[in-house]
Amino acid sequence: MIVLEKRPQPSRTWSMATPLVAVLATMICGGLLFAVLGKNPVEAIGTIFWEPLFGEYAFYYRPQLLVKGAPLVLIAIGLSLGFRAGIWNIGAEGQYIMGAIVGAGVGLAFYPMEAFYIFPLMVLAGAFGGWVWAMIPAFLKVRFGTNEILVSLMLVYVAEQFLASMSLGLLKNPEGFGFPGSRNLQSYASAHNAELIEGSGMHWGVVAAFVAVIFAYVLLNRHMTGFHIRLTGEAPRAARFAGVKPARLILFCLGMSGALAGLAGLFEVSGPSGQISIDFNVGYGFTAIIVAFLGRLHPVGILLAGGLMALTYIGGEIAQGSLGLPAAAIQVFQGMLLFFLLALDLLTNYRIRAARKEVA
Amino acid sequence: MKFTSLLASAAMVLGLATGAMAEDKTKVGFVYVGPVGDGGWTYEHDKGRQAVEAEFGDKVETVFVESVPEGPDAERVMTQMALEGADLIFTTSFGYMDPTINVAKKFPKVKFEHATGYKQAENVSVYSARFYEGRAVQGTIAGRMTKSNIVGYIGSYPIPEVIRGINSAFIHARKVNPDVQFKIVWAYTWFDPAKEADAAKVLIEQGADVILQHTDSTAPQAAAQAAGNVITFGQASDMSEYAPMPRVSSIIDNWAPYYIARTKAVMDGTWTSVSTWDGIGAGMVGIGEISDAVPADVKAEALALKDALANGSYHAFTGPLKKQDGSDWLAEGETADDGTLAGMNFYVEGIEGDIPN
Amino acid sequence: MDLSAINPVLLVASLMVAATPLLLAAIGELVVEKAGVLNLGVEGMMITGAICGFAISVETGSPWLGFIAAAIGGAILSLLFVLMTQVALANQVASGLALTLFGLGLSALMGQSYVGIKPPAMGRLDLPVLSDLPVVGPILFSHDPILYLGILLTGAVWWVLKYSRAGLILRAVGENHDAAHALGYKVIRIRVLAILFGGACAGLGGAYISLIRVPQWTEGMTAGVGWIALALVVFASWKPWRALLGAYLFGGVTVVQLNLQAAGVAIPVEYLAMSPYLITILVLVILSADKSGAPAALGRSFHASH
Repeated sequence: MIVLEKRPQPSRTWSMATPLVAVLATMICGGLLFAVLGKNPVEAIGTIFWEPLFGEYAFYYRPQLLVKGAPLVLIAIGLSLGFRAGIWNIGAEGQYIMGAIVGAGVGLAFYPMEAFYIFPLMVLAGAFGGWVWAMIPAFLKVRFGTNEILVSLMLVYVAEQFLASMSLGLLKNPEGFGFPGSRNLQSYASAHNAELIEGSGMHWGVVAAFVAVIFAYVLLNRHMTGFHIRLTGEAPRAARFAGVKPARLILFCLGMSGALAGLAGLFEVSGPSGQISIDFNVGYGFTAIIVAFLGRLHPVGILLAGGLMALTYIGGEIAQGSLGLPAAAIQVFQGMLLFFLLALDLLTNYRIRAARKEVA
Repeated sequence: MKFTSLLASAAMVLGLATGAMAEDKTKVGFVYVGPVGDGGWTYEHDKGRQAVEAEFGDKVETVFVESVPEGPDAERVMTQMALEGADLIFTTSFGYMDPTINVAKKFPKVKFEHATGYKQAENVSVYSARFYEGRAVQGTIAGRMTKSNIVGYIGSYPIPEVIRGINSAFIHARKVNPDVQFKIVWAYTWFDPAKEADAAKVLIEQGADVILQHTDSTAPQAAAQAAGNVITFGQASDMSEYAPMPRVSSIIDNWAPYYIARTKAVMDGTWTSVSTWDGIGAGMVGIGEISDAVPADVKAEALALKDALANGSYHAFTGPLKKQDGSDWLAEGETADDGTLAGMNFYVEGIEGDIPN
Repeated sequence: MDLSAINPVLLVASLMVAATPLLLAAIGELVVEKAGVLNLGVEGMMITGAICGFAISVETGSPWLGFIAAAIGGAILSLLFVLMTQVALANQVASGLALTLFGLGLSALMGQSYVGIKPPAMGRLDLPVLSDLPVVGPILFSHDPILYLGILLTGAVWWVLKYSRAGLILRAVGENHDAAHALGYKVIRIRVLAILFGGACAGLGGAYISLIRVPQWTEGMTAGVGWIALALVVFASWKPWRALLGAYLFGGVTVVQLNLQAAGVAIPVEYLAMSPYLITILVLVILSADKSGAPAALGRSFHASH
């Protein structure tokens, strides 16, 4: 008989070791899967994890890791604040969309004028768009006690419809021959979130992601609000005695995660993506939830988890192109990785030991 | 060194290396927007890829990446293909337009082919199919076959491609049946079989006995079959599993001849940037077999129209035609120019209802 | 515009069909949540059920066997969720999301050779006199058997939760697992059974789409129904009959919207497509005045520390 015994303190060793064990376990199971599909497992695993970092074309893929990982980290950081306090915003995808629409809308309103203040205004507008969208569940929760998980999720679908409407209507490129989608901001200098150093992958969104990590770290460790967030998550009753105002915390956490998701959307639409289109959103908002948990809701952990997710995306694409693996196999592989990472966290908080039959 | 030149030189080095190593195996890449198992748009592009492999055997190597979101992901996948030595890359969705142009700038030696877009470059060709020619044939059959005089039409999004198809089908249905009416439903999705099923059912319930679809799933076929006396047309693929009833014919996307020709051109060193918009004549638009559910005279009429469209003696948009608001569009004998067709955003006279937005 | 073209009887009959996959998945999730577990992997379990059901009914020629396989397939996938959340005590939100990702990939791999195939059809109820009755005939007596199964299941779940001892225990576990444990109930075992039931129901719902409502197999064909089912459970404030009502409302909005379009009413489609979600939010706000709904232990892990 095997039993779990809760550790008095989370194990530091295991919290470092479990991600490695999980990756290793995924490599073994994933390798089996690839072998079943008739591919060389060693080659496939090598392609996914090695090629983007150290392969022949790593000079191109490494910057791409930043481009792919930045929105995930930026959104996940915001989400993690709320998650720590038990406030569940799972509608970041919608906030991401709204940030992009509002931000791009402001930029396009100025077209074709060139001015230095356009991009900063767009950044503010993007954060505002995401913030407003997150304020809806926040306000409803504070005012009526409405479940924020559901409201924020519902608003994702509303935002998607709104995106379609904007791409086909108000924001449609007047010179686009009637096709859906806005003007491409990449060719509008004042609104373009260009790479800061060409070929580095560094755009303002990547900078913002790093800043967010530092900000969250400081907030959680050095600031009263951060203390309140942690306290509310770990001991809600104690938090009330400590004078935490739940309403204010809800507004702060949801507002913050919304603004960051909106920023991610704005940086994406004005940079790598370039335009508002019907299929602009690609699920960053949902993937970021997983990233937040993979990172154990810790800012540094989230940074690493975002990098890991980006790696499997990019490595997965390379494996598709060069080895002919189906996209679905990559999805299953990612699923396995998540399962192992989440499940093995058990070892951080619990000890497994063989128990003798208890007599009494 | 500037990054773009770094990329280009890396590609060149590789090009030289593989050139020396693998003799002259031509590498062709395909970027797909959906999964190859979608049974529609991407499925047909992948059949084109397989045809290239079958045609050239050892002399060619094809690679593909499926379900690539439009935007930066597409750009990365194209770059990856170019870096790994692709000579020719087909990007098969409208949303890949700007990414294709971006990547093509960085790899001047690599040839790109973008489907359904309008931005060309030195090393970027564009290609698309005149599906509206197939719609003309469908419209003729629909107009002859309908008893309720109500034809249902399921559109995806109100974009020129879809509007063009509606107009073409309507013009030819009216030509053979002045009483015919179109009921148009917009699904507002590229892909949601359940919604397509609902749309088809709604149209049938409201009296339509012919369903035309500009969405790729077989859901409307099944709905028509369940309803009984309703006919449908296959879209993108032949959907022959629903023949002879309800599916009486189909429009098939046939990219194989074009893909083979362009690959050949790269092999021969004769590739140049072109804008191709081919129809039935070039075989890019296939008309699936017209089943026995269609009376022989109607079938003959449809086939005659198909031949006239194929040999160029007839254009699907030939005047006199008016726009929906009654204003003149094409005079007697005048045919529509490609520019107007490409950006078509109006209904022709006789169609009821407004285009959304 | 010609509103007379809309036949209300047929409209109701087809919205019942549109609602069934939603209802099946939602009833399963409702039981799961009543036991205090939040499984966001409904979409993944549905799509797995869709391909399992499709493959088996194509291979055997029997839609019934297909539906049984779909339920088993959905339950097997939910077993992964069990391992994650009940054995390894991982976070339920993240595990559910991972389950959806995994299910979408797995189903696509399993379905590679089933694209472009027509599944065997399932007969519809056809009672001599009743099915031909005006109005009630099409609405009540001429559907496929699974649609009735969905309604029966709703009734059964309602009865079990409300009147049976098993239901009482399930609710106790969902309200306060520590107290339930102290009373000697096997918290984990009960939750595992609830999750498996949820998986089986989601699988049935998925197969309803691939075998009856569409019917065909295409990757990702559930197209988000699983997420709507999750919303539906909360919309219904964890009450089975309200879930039925909600499913009809959700399914109904789409069908009515398409009907209006076909009748030539100029409606802003995107804004109408938003409406079910906006209505859900509205209902949530109204319901949140009444605090009775949510199981108190929802989403929390349980570990019996002796």
